[in-house]
Amino acid sequence: MKAIQTIELTKRYGRHRGIEKVSLAVDEGDFFGFIGPNGAGKSTTIRTLLGLISPTGGSAEIFGKSIVGDNTEILAEVGYLPSEAVFYSGMKVRDILSFAAKARRKNCAAEAARLCERLELDPNRKINELSLGNRKKVGIVLAMQHDPRLYIMDEPTGGLDPLMQQEFFSLLRERNAKGATVFLSSHILSDVTRYCRHAAVIREGAILVSDSVEKLAHTGVKRVSLRGVGALSQIPGATELRFENNNASFLYRGDQTELIRALSGTSFEDITIADPDFEEIFLHYYSREGK
Amino acid sequence: MTVFFHELKRGRMSLLIWTAAIAFMISVTILIYPQMKPQMQQMDEMVSNMGSFSAAFGMDKMGMSRFIDYFSLECGNTLGIGGAMFAALMGVTALAKEEREHTAEFLCTLPLSRSRIVLGKLLAVAAQIVILNLAVAGCAVGCAAAIGESVEAGIMIPLLLSFLLLELETAALCFGVSAFLRGNGLGIGLGLALGLYFINLISNITEDAKSLKYITPFAYTDGAYIIEHRSLQWEYLAVGAALTAAAIAAAFLKYRKKDLAG
Repeated sequence: MKAIQTIELTKRYGRHRGIEKVSLAVDEGDFFGFIGPNGAGKSTTIRTLLGLISPTGGSAEIFGKSIVGDNTEILAEVGYLPSEAVFYSGMKVRDILSFAAKARRKNCAAEAARLCERLELDPNRKINELSLGNRKKVGIVLAMQHDPRLYIMDEPTGGLDPLMQQEFFSLLRERNAKGATVFLSSHILSDVTRYCRHAAVIREGAILVSDSVEKLAHTGVKRVSLRGVGALSQIPGATELRFENNNASFLYRGDQTELIRALSGTSFEDITIADPDFEEIFLHYYSREGK
Repeated sequence: MTVFFHELKRGRMSLLIWTAAIAFMISVTILIYPQMKPQMQQMDEMVSNMGSFSAAFGMDKMGMSRFIDYFSLECGNTLGIGGAMFAALMGVTALAKEEREHTAEFLCTLPLSRSRIVLGKLLAVAAQIVILNLAVAGCAVGCAAAIGESVEAGIMIPLLLSFLLLELETAALCFGVSAFLRGNGLGIGLGLALGLYFINLISNITEDAKSLKYITPFAYTDGAYIIEHRSLQWEYLAVGAALTAAAIAAAFLKYRKKDLAG
């Protein structure tokens, strides 16, 4: 059984784009990254999965339960961290946590206390006195205190300082090691490459690619850099050509023998042919493979 | 029930302030009655010559020389308008405030069905209105006793009940509206409450507009009728009950499928 399975999930708004035929499969126990630029449809996908908005097409299941019919049962097994965590402003952190626990009919007091301590969050503070980062911590405790099977984290690290980000990810990894599934949306690639096993890239509401992070990093595209070039002839398969101060650089996809043949008429002092770094690969996905 | 108690807790300050304000105004109105009493005879004569103005407030059908008449007119206006505004406010903000304050995402990702959230909020609004009315009624009876006026339960109970029903219906109508709102519905809520009040005034003045009484819950609070018949006007209540049920049904149906703003 998949933790998350969506089949051509579509959400069209009147004015906004929403998402178009999003098909995703996340195995139980996976650490899955959901990558895309701002406004690509990450939050729309997540909000549809959680039943905050209804799909206009396609279907989706979480642990085999339909997001349309079994929403309440799904929510009982999910810990969700929204990108902008907003809570009832007059309430104390402690009261918010216990309200959520009551709604879940679960006694989470011990776990909540443990999480607050690790995240250095004072549960006696009032919500409106908290900084953005501290409000985020409240969101993290809320997502984790009931020990869910699936964590859905929407842009989780925004507002957290680097030390807290580290603590947050080590919490997630501990939960993941115990068998929980993590679905993490982010536009910060390093978060995804460092922690996720699988990832999908979304752009303009559609999934571009979904695979293991390892495979995504080896796309067959090479970054070719030449130093001391006089003139560069046309090279079939080269993209993003940059040429300045006698240095040339481009991405190359295709047969490498052909590349050498194409370069044989060119004189240069130095050449490197390397895998592009991850950042570059995703920028490539973002910018080129959209519709 | 989690949502119900949560709502009561969140709304306790506003309930306290509204209850105190309305109870205070009604207490003052009652406590000055002994001073007003000698002038009431004159007032009666004056009012009877004011034509449609007195008709608008139902003053053409009764005098003000008895305490119960005075109470139903003066306190009725305070409790009617004040209570209806409170009810409108509670009703119209109940659902819409979650989206306006961006807390809908938190609330609706807890494993609570939308129907339970709507039910909890609806019951909390009703409970707050009942609490306000009980407190105000207690205060009114206490003040009446303090100035040595006794009121018949047979009149007082339907009279106070008419205001409670007015408020509950106003709240339900606003609650129904609020399910469709994203932003701040305060204007719509207060506008609706005052609109219903003015519809009642118009229907009091013109015989032609009498059928308007069926659509405004202010029609229940016709003091002259209640004092004379010791009963409410069931034909208006029946229509009101249907409108209330329709508004509540609309709220449930809409909110169950509503796309919540982030």
